[in-house]
Amino acid sequence: MNKQLAINKRLAMKKRWVSPRILLPLVSFSVLLIATFALQERAMSYLGLNLLFNLTVPIALATIGQLLVIMVNDIDLSVGAFVSLVACIAATVLVQHPWLGCLILAALVLAYAVIGALIHKLRLPAIVVTLGMSFIWDGLALLILPAPGGTAPTWLRALMTVKPPLVPMAVAAAVLIGLASHLLIIRSGIGTVLRGLGGNVRSVTRAGWNDTLLFALAYGLAGLFGVLAGLTLVGLYTSAGANVASSYTLLTIAGVILGGGEFVGGKVSPIGAVLGALTLSLAGSLLAFMHLSPDWQIGAQGAVLIAVLAARLLFNRHGASSNAIAQEATA
Amino acid sequence: MSRDNHRQPVVTLTGVSKSFGPVKALDDIDLTLSPGECLGLVGHNGAGKSTLVNLINGTLKPTHGEIHTPYARNRRDSGIRSVFQELSLCPNLSVAENLRICHGGLSGPGWRTRAREEIGASLSRIFPGHDIDPNAEVDTLSIAQRQMVEIAIGFAPRGSEARLVILDEPTSSLDAGIAGQLLEHIQRFCDDGGAVIFISHMLGEIFQVTNRIVVMKDGRMVEDRATEAFCHASLVEAMGHVAQQAHATRRTAEMLGDEVLTSPEGISARRGEIVGLSGLAGHGQAEALARLYLDSTSGWSARREPAMAFVAGDRPRDGVLPLWSILRNASISTLNAAARWGMVDRRAEAATAADWQQRIGIRTNDLGNTITSLSGGNQQKVLFARALATSAPIVVMDDPMRGVDVGTKQDVYAMIRAEAAQGRTFLWYSTETEEVCQCDRVFVFRNGTISAELSGAEVNEERILAASFEMQEN
Amino acid sequence: MSSLISRPWLWAWLASAVVFALSVALSGAGQAGGLLYAALSFGAFAAIVGIGQMLVVTLGPGNIDLSIPAAMTLSGTLALKAMGGEPGTALLGLGVALLVGMGVGGVNFALIRLLRLPPIIATLAASLIYQSLAIWSNRGLRIKPPVALADFATGRSLGIPNVALIAIVLAIVVWVLLERGVWGRWLLATGQNARAARLAGVPVESVRAGAYLSVAVLAAVSGYLLASFSGGAALNMGQQYLLLSIAVVVIGGTSIAGGFSNVPGLWGAALFMFLVVSMLNAYGFDAGARMMLTGVIIIAIVIAANARRSRS
Repeated sequence: MNKQLAINKRLAMKKRWVSPRILLPLVSFSVLLIATFALQERAMSYLGLNLLFNLTVPIALATIGQLLVIMVNDIDLSVGAFVSLVACIAATVLVQHPWLGCLILAALVLAYAVIGALIHKLRLPAIVVTLGMSFIWDGLALLILPAPGGTAPTWLRALMTVKPPLVPMAVAAAVLIGLASHLLIIRSGIGTVLRGLGGNVRSVTRAGWNDTLLFALAYGLAGLFGVLAGLTLVGLYTSAGANVASSYTLLTIAGVILGGGEFVGGKVSPIGAVLGALTLSLAGSLLAFMHLSPDWQIGAQGAVLIAVLAARLLFNRHGASSNAIAQEATA
Repeated sequence: MSRDNHRQPVVTLTGVSKSFGPVKALDDIDLTLSPGECLGLVGHNGAGKSTLVNLINGTLKPTHGEIHTPYARNRRDSGIRSVFQELSLCPNLSVAENLRICHGGLSGPGWRTRAREEIGASLSRIFPGHDIDPNAEVDTLSIAQRQMVEIAIGFAPRGSEARLVILDEPTSSLDAGIAGQLLEHIQRFCDDGGAVIFISHMLGEIFQVTNRIVVMKDGRMVEDRATEAFCHASLVEAMGHVAQQAHATRRTAEMLGDEVLTSPEGISARRGEIVGLSGLAGHGQAEALARLYLDSTSGWSARREPAMAFVAGDRPRDGVLPLWSILRNASISTLNAAARWGMVDRRAEAATAADWQQRIGIRTNDLGNTITSLSGGNQQKVLFARALATSAPIVVMDDPMRGVDVGTKQDVYAMIRAEAAQGRTFLWYSTETEEVCQCDRVFVFRNGTISAELSGAEVNEERILAASFEMQEN
Repeated sequence: MSSLISRPWLWAWLASAVVFALSVALSGAGQAGGLLYAALSFGAFAAIVGIGQMLVVTLGPGNIDLSIPAAMTLSGTLALKAMGGEPGTALLGLGVALLVGMGVGGVNFALIRLLRLPPIIATLAASLIYQSLAIWSNRGLRIKPPVALADFATGRSLGIPNVALIAIVLAIVVWVLLERGVWGRWLLATGQNARAARLAGVPVESVRAGAYLSVAVLAAVSGYLLASFSGGAALNMGQQYLLLSIAVVVIGGTSIAGGFSNVPGLWGAALFMFLVVSMLNAYGFDAGARMMLTGVIIIAIVIAANARRSRS
């Protein structure tokens, strides 16, 4: 009996200290960050950190959007096109007719919610529907902005170039995104129900929830984060184009998984996903500091992804065995 | 606890029937449950216990009759709580978060603290001294701990209070000490005016905790009396089948060939033997069979002469390939044996299928029709044909007679006996005791292990039931 | 008649015919031949990668190969490099392409199987590495394919483009394999219900491995042909084929839920995807409207296919 209590206490301690879902993203990010600092001391400055991470801000926001969709066991292949479209709108309509721009962006969020409800209600494969949507978003973006260009609204530009004391904007933004999405998805009541939807739909509907509305909410929130990603992107780049964020689709999926998320079961971590997005961009820039050919920049992202996932496999095996200890103890 | 009216029943069923298509699962049930009652619901597999439970908690609607639940407030809270045998928690959420899913009142800042307190209090009330952390993710808990959490959520007030708690095999994964705590809590709960429906295969528990027992058989209530009116023997007798089948001549070890198979669980079989697996559903028989099959065949290569063939009972999950014709469903296991240059020999395929259609009596005018156009029983015959058409010396059958009509069953029994006489070995898991009695030898499972091995004259309903239920009192 | 209407391949061909007729109505009958020839040429590449994607999609939900563009680029680049523009090296190039295909497929499947990664993430991560390999080996060099090979890739036999002939032969081979071959039956069974297939004695692991190897080899062959066709390998040459490969599979009537393949429909869809763009072009729609309409068509087809399934 004493032994059993001791084992359980040990497991509880381990849990309290670090959530295993966060641990791996945290470790892989730290390793890359330390390596970067070791290779390039100047990166350790206010300016250096901002340079290192400022392009990650929109990616991190889009990654949270992807995470919301993956959380309910779907996948969104239209993130890249959607963020590009938002950027195009922000660089054109939003400048000339601010109210109309806001209205369009709100309609886009609503469209995302409708798509989510539709996918769930008609039991459509999310992967194909979002693929179709990516063509539609792409087309709309081309209609609005046939050639790259436009200008960022001044307030957006100001927001993205703000110089807060002590910590650079990019770092502050990453922390803010991580915390806000953690509060929304992990801490809040509705976020908990949405995660439950990914874990066991039956248990949620049995408790009296309307599952179609919940799916719409998850997708709508994803759309909202997509809009925020597009806005910050324009603030950084000062102009937009229909393809400006096309790489985001795959990057965001990679970021969610790298951040400890899983494709099924509602097991996601927003803080992990932000770390995942940061890790991917670090993997790219690290090579430059190592004076390796930039040819390998994308490859390094792939390699980091594989390495972390391989590490996770070992980690999970370990986790499974400690779970077995717990079962043995209570049996 | 204060209850406005102690005399008003918690739930009343009048003339309730429930049919699934042509199958009548429940027939003309009248039942009234009053506050303070603890009702034991017993019966063998398929007697209609779960259908009854699902009608009471509102998951199913009755085909005929009425169900009256006077304490229902709204859709979200009827005061009736169910704790299911299959775990219905969200595994990715913490214990406290799972309470949030079914308790809409938990919102606003600080809801986590309140959720932790409520579930913690409920756990401590039922299982004093438990070691479950309300912050722990359900995934990281053992099966027993998950079961405890589910029970605690069932009894938790959740903004109102629980009037009736339905417990379906709540102690199946709990050890004796913790099960004892639960039984004590049930008694306290009923003394305070709550009602409980208690389903268990542990007859000792039924006698210990209930004050009334309802026995179900073939969708009907056959007994409804105070617990004191029963003894162990009379309860088992009440559950048993009335009609006794004439048994096939049972063969003994001397009449059979060499041992051809042994499994880690302790199942063994001889050449030409029909070995039965019995016990209550969900006690590890199906898993043992699937493991046996998967371990003796490979996912990488298919031999022309497979070592084993499998007949699925859970047809949608394990057997039917729903997009295909009857012909293709029947031939999938034998394609490789008849293939030339990797190409399907379509003439041989059609001939084999036609042969088996006749031998096993698949009722269709065209083997090209989709398999889903067949009735359940005929689909099952196709799955039998699929396995028997192979040259496999051992055939594993995972409760293959589910939802199959009597005529088909007799056909298949005869076919199995004929095949066994020619030296094929059969491993036959069935939830119907009558079927298992057709076997030469029977292994009875309880809680994942073999609780009895019966052969010869021992193979009878009483012995099997006795080995399926735990008799000693806790 | 009803059996003809219920044939899923019919719709893609019907749609192609309508779009073709509309285009010809505008541009005049004189253009019909040229339009058809172009559709066959460009449709061929989509058809080849589409066939591969179809085999993987047939395996059931969650199975998809995102590394097709990278595999095409890598194979095109390495094959051209190996040939170095020298005459008589066409077969050497093909050999290199096939090896690249097998390597890519093998790595993809190893990641899926050994690291137990979901296919989406495994092929995505691996494709980033293939892409880097291609960039690194390409190094801005613009190697031209051997003249004979380039002539073959852009040439015609019996009035039909050679690349289209190759794609048609490949389609027929895969079609026969699916309809008549044991492996095809196994693949379709696995896609309908992998657990049931395994319990019926289907070697599902080797079926999966075969599908992932096939898609990579077909992508590599397509990359080799495309590089020869367009006079050199460009780093973005595979880019549009990821979405295109999924689109032709879905429009062609293959079930995204697995277990049902449709080779003829896929060819119809490949032609359709080219013809619809050229038609919209002819009617003066710009790129944006073309893309939007493509998206609407994809979604409409998924909804229609879904309605058909739930009715039956």
